Formats: sequence, structure tokens, C-alpha cells
Amino acid sequence: MTYNFDTLALHAGQVPDERYGARATPIYLTTSFVFKDSDQAAALFNMERGGHVYSRISNPTNAVLEERIAALEGGVGAIAVASGQAALHLAIATLMGAGSHIVASRSLYGGSHNLLDYTLPRFGITTTFVDPRDLDAWRAAIRPETRLLFGETLGNPGLEVLNIPEVAAIAHEHKLPLMVDSTFTTPWLMRPFDHGADLIFHSATKFLGGHGVAIGGLLVDGGSFDWESSGGKFPTLTEAYEGFHGMDFSEESTVAAFLLRARREGLRDFGACMSPMTAFQLLQGMETLPLRMERHVANTRKMVEHLVKSEAVTSVGYPDLENHPDHALAKKLLPRGPGSVFSFTLKGGPGEARAAGRKFIEALRVFSHLANVGDAKSLVIHPASTTHFRMSDDALASAGIQPGTIRLSIGLEDAGDLIEDLNRGLAAAAKA
Amino acid sequence: MLIEINGQPAYAYTGGKPFDAALPCVVFIHGAQNDHSVWSLQSRWFAHHGFTVLAVDLPGHGRSAGDPLPSIEDLADWIELLLEKTGADGTAPDVSLVGHSMGSLTALECASRHPGRLARIALVGTAVPMPVSDSLLDAAKNNEPKAIAMINTWSHSPRATIGGYAVPGIWHLGAAKRLMERQKPGVLYNDLAACNAYTHGMEAATALACPALIISGSKDMMTHPKAAAKLATAIKDVRSVSLDGAGHALMAEQPDAVLDALRAFIV
Repeated sequence: MTYNFDTLALHAGQVPDERYGARATPIYLTTSFVFKDSDQAAALFNMERGGHVYSRISNPTNAVLEERIAALEGGVGAIAVASGQAALHLAIATLMGAGSHIVASRSLYGGSHNLLDYTLPRFGITTTFVDPRDLDAWRAAIRPETRLLFGETLGNPGLEVLNIPEVAAIAHEHKLPLMVDSTFTTPWLMRPFDHGADLIFHSATKFLGGHGVAIGGLLVDGGSFDWESSGGKFPTLTEAYEGFHGMDFSEESTVAAFLLRARREGLRDFGACMSPMTAFQLLQGMETLPLRMERHVANTRKMVEHLVKSEAVTSVGYPDLENHPDHALAKKLLPRGPGSVFSFTLKGGPGEARAAGRKFIEALRVFSHLANVGDAKSLVIHPASTTHFRMSDDALASAGIQPGTIRLSIGLEDAGDLIEDLNRGLAAAAKA
Repeated sequence: MLIEINGQPAYAYTGGKPFDAALPCVVFIHGAQNDHSVWSLQSRWFAHHGFTVLAVDLPGHGRSAGDPLPSIEDLADWIELLLEKTGADGTAPDVSLVGHSMGSLTALECASRHPGRLARIALVGTAVPMPVSDSLLDAAKNNEPKAIAMINTWSHSPRATIGGYAVPGIWHLGAAKRLMERQKPGVLYNDLAACNAYTHGMEAATALACPALIISGSKDMMTHPKAAAKLATAIKDVRSVSLDGAGHALMAEQPDAVLDALRAFIV
């Protein structure tokens, strides 16, 4: 038999500890593992037996987390790393080198944008950014040296819904993989492999962990992309690698070549591993992912409904709303709802709106003013006075942000208390 | 490496070391709708411990070209051709065949058809006969995704459906499904029909001239351990190993136990 999502969220990857019967996943807080004998040691190093050698490469607690996210996403396996940024870097570093090119959505988390636009060019990897809704732009940006198409399931900050089936089809026409950042949606809202994506990464710091206590990233391989039929585009996966016994990773594993290289080279050499303590904390969060996501979305819908009716608000951007450009696509790809992070804009002229935004934030008591999303607690930020405070109104507009734009990450509190808190903020903003 | 057999390129994984016909040879034969990679751990160990290895992709599977062969007898003859082409049965007459499921029938038939050519055979996840239900055959012919889901469900023990696999980070239920999805349309029905039609396995077992090892999973729902035990009674020189709690996907569920049983038999 096979199990359904909610059961896998609690059990996948972990059988009760055989020695003591521990029901919870043990935290194997150890750097290294004692070999049974010299033969076993050699076999582990040479990939003749499965197991753990050193926790930078793999660890039993992390392995439970890796299997669990792979099970929930419908993938073949995963690698746990230090952060979502580390997962993005590990994927890129595994697939390509200097001279390679990426086509990415321009609606990305700022950290991802920084890596692609400013940092990777120093290492010879460049990116063309495209409007994620413009399928012709995705196609036109592909060059002979392109090695990856990349976008977020829900874009930042406009919640553009990535048309994964269409963008994946464009990628596959060119024998390229599509990777998506699925942080905002989690597999409970959408499983991108089912729609054609090839690789997924998560900032597990957000909804997967769900409680704002641990930084971590997860990189998941769908196992369906044929690296060997890509015309030599991916020599890291299809040619002998002197750095690991001359291994040709595609020969070694038909469906998990990417993960093999990412672990045997990427974790070994770049070293952005996850602590087993972090893996345990993320596992605790993932056990309740279905319950939390359902509540996140239900609460978010109540907040959106309330804000849409408010006279102090000029616009609310949430794909559930019929006036959102991706409403129809969201209904198709995200039938359980388009997440719990969204933005709305306060009334007022440029100067007034910035001031109104500050007053709104300062009046809140339940929402926490900070730079994060995906916590069990409701969060808020006013970009024009924090993350983007140096930017002019024109520059803000080009980033899709207004002076009075407020971003909310709706948590699991009582919806009535949250609405009362929003009303407090809206009243304060109106007096600004 | 690629070998031309019957005018078609055939692929065999050699365990990370070049093939050497002067060494004792272990040939690994995968089951229906699979490829060489199901043997990656075990074949790699043998290649680095004094043996030369041919973990094949059968015709029409994985990297091997051509159409899948329609019968176990054809597959057995193909293995014999492989041995001839590589010289594995010439200067180094110590050849072992290790087959899983459909591959186990292939190994049995090959040893039966070519007595004296093989030193030993190991049959992993085996049953003789190996009947395939009408519902699975029908799904394989008309609805491959459904058939793959059925096989994936029946091929894993209750414990394996939860995970906890030996290779860190690999969710084997997903990997097994993807590997089956990678094969060309029509291969699955061909393979299952070949298993279903192989009816003289007990005669082949009775006539077997070389030693045999049978490795069974106690929770195998595809090839029930009782069928494996019955097969053992027909073989003159046989050893049987039962892996407690393992399903049909033995090499992934209990890779070390499979390797240890093969080592004890072959080395």
C-alpha cells in the first residue's frame, strides 16, 4: 500500500528507532559515524553500501527530512542544506559552470535576485530576467549556453502564479530543466513535479518549519529529466568526474544523478550542510504542515475579504480575487488556495502613504513587525520604510511596490483577533 | 560500456571499473521495466573486489537499443550472446548470473539452456512459474501509469512504504516509480507477458547443473516466498536466504543483506 499526504507528513522517512523504540526522530548530533570494519569503511566511501560517514555529506536525522520532503513532493530524493539560498546555489553549482546562462522570472525573492544578478556573474554565470507571465519572453531569452529556467511558484511581491505547465514545456522543448522555488506554496498547496517542473527548492525556514525557529533549505529532484538526452549540456552529470573516482553520475543512477553529484561534490566541497538539530526542528514543523496550511489559507481569505471592503485600502493583491491577473491560473494550479502571504496598499498620496504605512505598523499588537514570512504567528512589513526605504517612489513602482504597500504573512491566530488588529492599524493609518 | 548484440548497441554498467574478461565475471540482470541501476550498490562492490561486472540494460530498456525481447527464452539467449561478445565465458569461465524477478527467470533459463557455461546463478525475488494477474496485464497494455502504480505498491514491504532507506536522501518509492516511467511505451506489457508465458521453469530448475542461490523477501507480494521455497525443492544444489521484512524491491530495501548473501555465495 501507499500512504496519503497527511500520513506521509507525519511518517515518511522514519521508522521507529530499532534499538530503543523511540517514536520521535532521534537527533543524531554527531559529526561522524564509526565504521564496523575496514571493508565497510571502504564500501561506504566507494558507494558500494548505503550509510553515513560524516555529517557534512549525510546524517540520519537529515535523511529523514530529505525523504519526507521528497515523499510529499513526489520526487526521488532530496538534499537538506543550510538555507534556501544554499539550496539555490547548490542546484546551480551542480548543473553548470562559468559561461552558462539562466533564464529567471524577474519576480523573485530579493536574496535570489541578488545571487543571480550581482554575485553569480562574478563566477561567469549570467541570468536574463523575464516577466513570468510572458511566455514568449521565456522562450526568447533562451540561448545556446542556457542551462536552467527558474521561477517562484508564487512571485514576489505580486504573487504572479508561475504557469508551470507552459514554462516547463518551453524548457523541455530546449532540453532544459525547470526549477521552481516552492517556498510560498509548499507541497500541500501544489506539487510542481505533477505540472512538469524538474527541480524544486524550499526555504524550509518558512512554512515547512512553520514556527520561525530554524533556518534551512531543501532541494528536491523530480527524477524525470533526462540529462543524457540534452545534447551534452550537462557534463557534470553525464561525463566521468575525476573528483569522485571517475564516476559518471547518470550511469550510476538513472533517476538520481543530479542528487548524487549535488551530494558527492556540492555538499562535500561547498559544505553548506544542515545541522541535525535543525533537521529535527523542521521535521516537527512538517508533521503539522497540512493542518497549518489549511488554517493559514482560511485565515488569509478572511483577512483579504476584510481588507477588500475597507475604505482605507486602495488595492489588495491576492490571486483568489477575480481582479488578480492570475486568478484563473491560480484556480487551476492552486485549488486549495494561493498561500498566506499577500500585499495591500493604503490610501494616500506618495508622502502620505509612506507615513500611513508607518502608522499602520506601529499600531498593530498581534502582527509582528519583521522581515520574514511563513511563521505560525502573523507577520507584517512595510517595504517603503524598511527593506526598500532608500528607494524613490519611482524606483519602488518599478519593483511593483507602492509607498503605502503593506505585506502580510497571515498566521494561525484567531481570525477575529487578527481582524481587530488590522482595524487598529487601519484607523491609525487614516489619521496619518 | 556498449556492446553490439544482434546488430543493436547494448549497454552494460561495469561497476565503476573497466570490464576485464580475464577476471571472474558477475552478470546482473534487472527485472521488468527496470534497468541496470537497480543493482548499483551490489554491482559496484563486486567490481571493486576482484570481479568484473556486467550490469546490463536488457534490449529496449534503459540505454540499450532495439525492441524488448518477447520471451524469457529470447532473453536467455541474449545473455549467452552477451557472454560470447564480451569474452566473459572464454578466458574466464567463472561466470555468475544474478537476476531479479524477470531477470531471475532469465538467469535460470540461460543456465538451463547452456549447461556448463555458468559457475552459479543467484535468483533474487523469484517465483516459478511467475504468473501475472489479468488486471495487471490489462493495465500494462492499456494504462501504463495505473500498472506502474500497482507494481510500485506491490513491490514494497509495509516498512518500505514509510522509507528509511539505506542510501541517504533517496525516497525509493518515488525513485522506483520514475525508473519505470523512464522506459519506453510497450516495454512493461512485453516484460510482464514474457514472465507470464514462461511455463517450464520447474523443468529448467530440475535440470540445473550449477549451484543456485535464492534470495527471498518475507513480505514479497510480487513473488511470494512460498513460491521461491517450492522452486528450491527442484534444484539439486541450492541455498536459500530469506530477508526478514523485505518486499520485492530487495536490492533497495535491504541492499547490504542482498550483497552479503551474494558475497557468501559467489566469493
